[in-house]
Amino acid sequence: MSLLQRLTAPQPQAPGKGRLASVILLTILAAIAILVPLLNLTQAPGSALHVPTYLVSLLGKYLCFAMLALSIDLIWGFCGILSLGHGAFFALGGYAMGMYLMRQIGDRGVYGNAELPDFMVFLNWKELPWYWYGFDLFPFAMVMALFVPGLLAFVFGWLAFRSRVSGVYLSIITQAMTYALMLAFFRNDMGFGGNNGLTDFKDLLGFDLQADTTRAALLAATCIALGGCYLLCRAIVASKLGRLIAAIRDDEPRVRFLGYRVENFKLFVFVLSAMIAGLAGALYVPQVGIINPGEFAPANSIEAVIWVAIGGRGTLYGAIAGGVLVNYAKTVLTGLIPEIWLFALGAMFIAVTLFFPKGLVGSLPGAIDWLKAKAGARSAATPTRPLAKEAGE
Amino acid sequence: MTVTGKASYAESQLYVDGVTVSFDGFKALNNLSFTVDPGEMRAIIGPNGAGKTTMMDVITGKTKPDEGRVIFKGDIDLGKRDEAAVVALGIGRKFQRPSVFENHTVFDNLELAIKSDRRPFACLFDRLDGERRDKIDATLERIGLTEQKGRLAGQLSHGQKQWLEIGMLLVQDPELLFLDEPVAGMTDQETEGTVELLRDLQGERSIVVVEHDMAFVHALGVKVTVLHEGSVLAEGAMDQVQNDPRVIEVYLGR
Repeated sequence: MSLLQRLTAPQPQAPGKGRLASVILLTILAAIAILVPLLNLTQAPGSALHVPTYLVSLLGKYLCFAMLALSIDLIWGFCGILSLGHGAFFALGGYAMGMYLMRQIGDRGVYGNAELPDFMVFLNWKELPWYWYGFDLFPFAMVMALFVPGLLAFVFGWLAFRSRVSGVYLSIITQAMTYALMLAFFRNDMGFGGNNGLTDFKDLLGFDLQADTTRAALLAATCIALGGCYLLCRAIVASKLGRLIAAIRDDEPRVRFLGYRVENFKLFVFVLSAMIAGLAGALYVPQVGIINPGEFAPANSIEAVIWVAIGGRGTLYGAIAGGVLVNYAKTVLTGLIPEIWLFALGAMFIAVTLFFPKGLVGSLPGAIDWLKAKAGARSAATPTRPLAKEAGE
Repeated sequence: MTVTGKASYAESQLYVDGVTVSFDGFKALNNLSFTVDPGEMRAIIGPNGAGKTTMMDVITGKTKPDEGRVIFKGDIDLGKRDEAAVVALGIGRKFQRPSVFENHTVFDNLELAIKSDRRPFACLFDRLDGERRDKIDATLERIGLTEQKGRLAGQLSHGQKQWLEIGMLLVQDPELLFLDEPVAGMTDQETEGTVELLRDLQGERSIVVVEHDMAFVHALGVKVTVLHEGSVLAEGAMDQVQNDPRVIEVYLGR
């Protein structure tokens, strides 16, 4: 098989295999949500069991990336649509949260203006633009964090899928979409803080963002949101709609000639996926403390797709594992030798595509079997069961 | 070419009336006209490039005719409808290359095909009821895949995939079926099985078989329409058509 074939070939998972992985994943998320805040808040900083606050936020950031990866896996792994613009939905969700956090600053900004965020005062704006109205209300901002990415995905998908744009062409226009948004958000007169973006946040729902308790709560909230989104995606791919989108991925004309309007199904999944990405962005911003147009950079979206490929697409939990592990590797490697990261990422991507097309989680059962067989060969007296080759077929 | 009178097409299952389709000046279909009667089985043959696939594309809503009309059941104009609407009216199409969902089980393939609400939200909450389950089981029996129902469709033999695809059309209860080369690539034994299956289906719905395999068309023993350069060249019983000098020239002259 060629490299391209390997990338586009579907990676179906045997039914039932996901159950154990789901239990493991949800257990880990629950453990993180409970234990990490506990060890951070109750243990003294000197204690061996203490989890430092920076680690709490770092973990929260990884889990937000994992949620973005989950949203990409839903649309790519199951529906076969390779979106290279999901970073845009993530960033839009982030901006919605950022706008709320800006309004929360009130008169505590550098200019002490209770009505206008600092950057607007700096630009000599006299009043709040209409599209900032309502963002002082948390529920409204949260609805917008889902609605705006969803709306963009709906309009974009409606135009693209109805015109039957697919494959690499669709991937390219998703890149163009996020690039165009990046250029737009860089402009000062867009009213989103231009180059600097939104930052200097003070508090969220009245809680100080710098406080350990707030950071722990945000991590727990991220775990719960990620677990919830995972269960939602799992329910969808297990439904008849889920089997249909997989059928669209494998043979779109056949689905069309069974009487399904394929574009509506793609649109449904695309919009849902964009909303999950938006939620991930909204949870990301308070934990990193800034959102700027750099989040729209086309390279970000591509990187997120690589997390999914490395973790193992078409499994949901593989994407989550990829999102966390690759970003952990990034933290470690950029700490050691910053220049090498992009090369390492590229090398990982190529290696996974060539040697482990099912990604890390997909290759795990085979690796376990291999280890078992090796252990079995050593103790030659005990007969072992034959290598589970059939399972891989 | 005979122009069918209004009285006869009103009772026809399908009436293709003077359809012309051109791609960049090349006329894939050139004033094509024919009718298919209710319950009739028809074979359509023709050399490569005769317009067989384009004809099916026009009827099933994929391609819009430049000229002419396609009338279903006497009064429904198919020319303005998309694929999904045409399927909803009761027209099924089997592709030349066996098109089944290889990563789904045989049963799931039929479940996705069976008549049901085709909208996304309905599919999200859809649960298979006993009636539809029975129908799938009956169809599995009919296409001889009962024992394979839990297997992935990708693991089936070539012939079994072809039958599964026919089964996927049958569970939709179509009134008119288009089968594009249903025995292409089949072993003799599989071909025989297909002939039996089609004979079994004959009469309960209209079936149009598009084929290359002359022996198979012979075995079906139904009326044959010969296409050539986008129009009907000859029509009649197989023996009669085979001895038509124009048909011989088109097939042997290449």
